[in-house]
Amino acid sequence: MDYITTVLVKNGLVVAFLVTGIVTYCSEYLSKVLTNKKIPGSAIAIFTGLVLAYIGGVVTGGSKGIADIKQLSGFELMGGAMFRDFAIVSTAMGASFGIIKKTGLAGIVSLFVGVILSFLVGAIIAVVMGYQDAASITTIGAGACTFVVGPVTGTAVGASSEVVAISIAAGVVKSILVTIGTPFVARFIGLNNPQAAMIYGGLMGTTSGTAAGLAATDPKLVPYGAMTATFYTGLGCLLCPSILYILVKLCFNS
Amino acid sequence: MLIRGVALLAACFIIGQLSGETLGRILHIDANVGGVGFAMLLLILAQNWLEQRGRFHQEMEEGVMFWSKMYIPVIVAMSAIQNVRVALSSGLVALLAGIIPVLVCLAVMPLLSKLSPKAA
Repeated sequence: MDYITTVLVKNGLVVAFLVTGIVTYCSEYLSKVLTNKKIPGSAIAIFTGLVLAYIGGVVTGGSKGIADIKQLSGFELMGGAMFRDFAIVSTAMGASFGIIKKTGLAGIVSLFVGVILSFLVGAIIAVVMGYQDAASITTIGAGACTFVVGPVTGTAVGASSEVVAISIAAGVVKSILVTIGTPFVARFIGLNNPQAAMIYGGLMGTTSGTAAGLAATDPKLVPYGAMTATFYTGLGCLLCPSILYILVKLCFNS
Repeated sequence: MLIRGVALLAACFIIGQLSGETLGRILHIDANVGGVGFAMLLLILAQNWLEQRGRFHQEMEEGVMFWSKMYIPVIVAMSAIQNVRVALSSGLVALLAGIIPVLVCLAVMPLLSKLSPKAA
């Protein structure tokens, strides 16, 4: 039976296409039958993906979700940064440059507000939970931005690996929450037009979470949200280990 | 030619990624700053430029649209490789630091929306 595994591993990407297709098909079906299309099929599919990732993590103890199961290792390529970014860029086709230009300023403001606010709230939580040194507080605050900003900042300010792990986990929690939560909060925060999507992307930042959340809300909004969100991690990596770290250091002189 | 569309997308993608990496290096941070954003802007500009010259064909668009439609499946695959187990098990600090900032940001969203000119 080993040769079956070999074939599946050798053709990993194609296997991932097949499995994702099946998941998407079943999700569309569940959306129609169980929720009368009230919860979009794509939202169910993305949630199913997260459940699969959890199962993969529990079964193998690895860190790459379902891709740690050998037969499904092709998911690492299909769901990896290259395909993700390539597909996100393609959604820009047909997006209106006029709208982007008009919302540009609000988008930039939302980026700064998003990074600084997330950092401050994250840092306050770190302090409340008993962290006293500037490096740990900064790293956990940075993790509240995205799971890239956390480790980048942690390395820069010399935080312990345990704190870096917490910051990654905080970022992952955030991205999962945004993925699942966006369709539900969309109507309450007026997230139904390109301008709002750009601001939302700037505030939330997590490219994967924002993009997946918007996809489940209204696929037309994806390019606008992703456009600002893509600058968030960069801005976070810029601000957290520098200005924000210095500020934290001033407050916690250690 | 379908491949022309895919190639156009690939060109924008690579130039965007290089710009993002270069910007990151200039700023002395080990990260890609806005690579995807630059690539998207390039794609929009390239599309406009080609359309004005009448050189943007239906098939070219289809080459890009294929990837645009593959977007949600790719996101589903991306969800499936997240480290959900660690996120759920690394304790209260990570959970709180992941959840509360999102709620606070959601709360200021309506304020920021007022900054942008409304679509007609």
